Amino acid sequence: MTPHILTRSLDRAATAFVLIVAAVGVLIPLSNLLLPQGSMFHVPTYLVALWGKYVCYAILALSIDLIWGYCGILSLGHGAFFALGGYAMGMYLMRQIGSRGVYGNPILPDFMVFLNWDKLPWYWYGFDKFAFAALMVLLVPGLLAFCFGWLAFRSRVTGVYLSIITQAMTYALLLGFFRNDFGFGGNNGLTDFKDILGFNVQAEGTRCVLFLLSCLALVTAFLICRAVVTSKLGKVLIAVRDAESRTRFLGYRVESYKLFVFTLSACMAGVAGALYVPQVGIINPSEFAPGNSIEAVIWVAVGGRGTLVGAALGAVVVNYAKTFFTSGPLAPYWLFMLGALFILVTLLLPKGIVGTFNSWWEPLKARRNSPDADSAAREDGVGAPNLAE
Amino acid sequence: MEKAAPLAAFSSHSCRGTDVFANCLDRFRALCLSILLLSCLAVPALAGPFEDSVAKFANDEFSDTEAAIGEVAASGNALASPIISALQDGRLSADPDSKKVFITQTDGKIVDAATGAAVDKLPDAAAAVRLNNRLRRTVEAALGGLTLLSPDPAKRLAAAQSVFKSHEENLLPTVEGALAKESVKSIKQAFAEARAAIVLFKSDASDSDKLDAVAVVKARGDQEALALLTGLGDQPPLVAKAAASAVSSIQSNLAMWSMVQNAWYGLSLGSVLLLAAIGLAITFGVMGVINMAHGEMVMLGAYTTFVVQEVIRTRYPALFDYSLLIAVPLAFLVAGFIGVLIERTIIRFLYGRPLETLLATWGLSLVLQQAVRTAFGPTNREVGNPSWMSGAFELGQITITYNRLWILCFTLAVFAILLAMLRYTALGLEMRAVTQNRRMAASMGIATSRVDALTFGLGSGIAGIAGVALSQIDNVSPNLGQSYIIDSFMVVVFGGVGNLWGTLVGAFTLGIANKFLEPVAGAVLGKIAILVLIILFIQKRPRGLFALKGRAVEA
Repeated sequence: MTPHILTRSLDRAATAFVLIVAAVGVLIPLSNLLLPQGSMFHVPTYLVALWGKYVCYAILALSIDLIWGYCGILSLGHGAFFALGGYAMGMYLMRQIGSRGVYGNPILPDFMVFLNWDKLPWYWYGFDKFAFAALMVLLVPGLLAFCFGWLAFRSRVTGVYLSIITQAMTYALLLGFFRNDFGFGGNNGLTDFKDILGFNVQAEGTRCVLFLLSCLALVTAFLICRAVVTSKLGKVLIAVRDAESRTRFLGYRVESYKLFVFTLSACMAGVAGALYVPQVGIINPSEFAPGNSIEAVIWVAVGGRGTLVGAALGAVVVNYAKTFFTSGPLAPYWLFMLGALFILVTLLLPKGIVGTFNSWWEPLKARRNSPDADSAAREDGVGAPNLAE
Repeated sequence: MEKAAPLAAFSSHSCRGTDVFANCLDRFRALCLSILLLSCLAVPALAGPFEDSVAKFANDEFSDTEAAIGEVAASGNALASPIISALQDGRLSADPDSKKVFITQTDGKIVDAATGAAVDKLPDAAAAVRLNNRLRRTVEAALGGLTLLSPDPAKRLAAAQSVFKSHEENLLPTVEGALAKESVKSIKQAFAEARAAIVLFKSDASDSDKLDAVAVVKARGDQEALALLTGLGDQPPLVAKAAASAVSSIQSNLAMWSMVQNAWYGLSLGSVLLLAAIGLAITFGVMGVINMAHGEMVMLGAYTTFVVQEVIRTRYPALFDYSLLIAVPLAFLVAGFIGVLIERTIIRFLYGRPLETLLATWGLSLVLQQAVRTAFGPTNREVGNPSWMSGAFELGQITITYNRLWILCFTLAVFAILLAMLRYTALGLEMRAVTQNRRMAASMGIATSRVDALTFGLGSGIAGIAGVALSQIDNVSPNLGQSYIIDSFMVVVFGGVGNLWGTLVGAFTLGIANKFLEPVAGAVLGKIAILVLIILFIQKRPRGLFALKGRAVEA
């Protein structure tokens, strides 16, 4: 069965994507570790962490593309799942600090000592074990998405209504995590991490391994998404996206399909957040800000909605541009550019970079090969999604 | 007088006897004076004794200073109040050699405290009259007593209130005198309460007096009355019992008022929410457009107010009270014009693609925010309240500020005008037709794209005038709009799309629910609870409280 799924989900573009990510995942750490400081091809450690961040964003973008591009669910709260995964990892990292904190308490993280708490809240139990934390990274966002989706999809909250209540969800979490008595460090969040699985998080080697793992996670997430969207399930999802009522009248339980893909996507976002935190070194409530989630949606729109490769590409391109512009003299203009990007992409480039490229390239390719290849290329739904809701 | 000031003792030993004598005489005179004062309350300034009293400040001895405070306060002299307030602020200085006392006025001018004559400069030996904590209390009480007799009614009232809190026993005769003389009803009431407070704490007052006093304090019935009664200490059993029953009656009364207070806060918050959401309800309801830049239209309205006030401040300061009246139509035009511009250049290309519209308008909101940040700076801008919007009045036990009250009235007026517009004008008719069935309306000859542009302009314009109102109660900063956008969406989604009444009910329900949850759960948890409740509510009624029905909704 497995080879079948693989051959089905790996078309030429997908294979190229997997190979490129794998190559980057291996080459960047190697160049950082093996090449001397002065070498032209040496990648400094800070860049490894920065690119690691981009890769995590790419996973988040993939998870959004899976539900938005293939199922028409525009979640403006995916940053919440990302942040929850991040917090789960952050809690593990906090517990690893042990008595090396400022207050030297072997059990309680510094902020709890500071708040005069005398024992660990129950929901912090178990986070000293990596396996438990890793499970929570998947479980917490997944469970939230499941409950939320179960309520929302069953009562047929769709379209912009769903977008607005997902936004309300992340906003509510934002307000909650800002509070000190929630027990997640309040305003400051979780930071000052020391080690992960016994390795120093600041060390070059750890950073390289984390980068490699992020790339692996990106490839895995991509393969899962490809497997989903090229399967029969994926066809139903696309049907839901294009004509929800019709699909329901054909006898499909639309809400179950939506719920499955929404939960899966939230788990992926959680993993992205968990990989993000040790590389960035901090997680705080601002990750829940509704603006972050909307920004993540624009990565997908820039790269190309419903293309998967495009989502990852968009995340990297937009974030690279953000780093480039906000660190230079153009910093005050970055928000203008980001805003213009939102407007121009939706107006002029509704299919995104990859979608537009496909719509130029595929007819050309089809004409060159054979007249009937055109329909075959569109069959898997990778072509332009029907943008009318 | 054995502890006479060392300086005085050094300067002339022989005077000591006369000093003692003079002081005793002064005391006697002062006593006579106070009796005189308390009996008729209108004593003409007597030069000699007053000057002697003032001179005591120069002795640099706490007990003399205390005596001087009492005598000066009792003198009824016009200079008494400036002297004692100068003493309180450390602006009273005394020359130990000449026994002269000087006031340094707040504008830096120096006057002789005893005569009020202007003085060029302080003598070199002059030093500020010292106070200790006990004297500071005496000074405060004396000031309280002085202002009890002030010709200014507001000062008398404030003094009566402060005596109620301090229940300084030695002010009783003054309070009683003031009470007998007072003609303003509300101040008379305050004096009676002040007197009751003093009587309650007076150990030698009779039970019947105290019972009367409890009744007076009970009738006052506010937080301070409660604090006074609960802090009574040992009392005769009858009085203690009456006080206890008064306490419980005040408490239940206060609980009722706190409900009223919450309801008022809720109405006030609801009006703000309604004002912010009403424009959104129009664009969302009629056009199905999610305008994430709606908050920025509110912000533009607030900045228009700021600009109008700046111009008025620099050019026509006399018009300041009318600044908001000028700002309202201007804000409507500015935001409305930008709204039409946005509709023509961006939104009309995105009809039928609500999710893309959402993203594009979000981008637009970033651009507008950054543009305002570039033009006006990232910090808060000062927008003033016109005189008719500042201040507050008391209604029973709650305080209602004029700006909140005006905003509530203004919101309701905007709502009524909008409703009338939709009902009675041609544009309103066309808008309703397009809302209900766009294609049918188009077939009937309505230029739907023109209606769309005007509707969007109208919605944005109303957001602009919401900004004028919100500039009165919120910080005018580039982030102003963002803080309202999620709340406004909640209101519209909760109330239901395409129905202004739904928005009204939604806004006030959310406002009141929020304010009633706040004391129970705290501000943030209350807000989270509201958000969660709305999320759950949407599951139950996916189209809001007042949903449009029929096939048009799905389109």
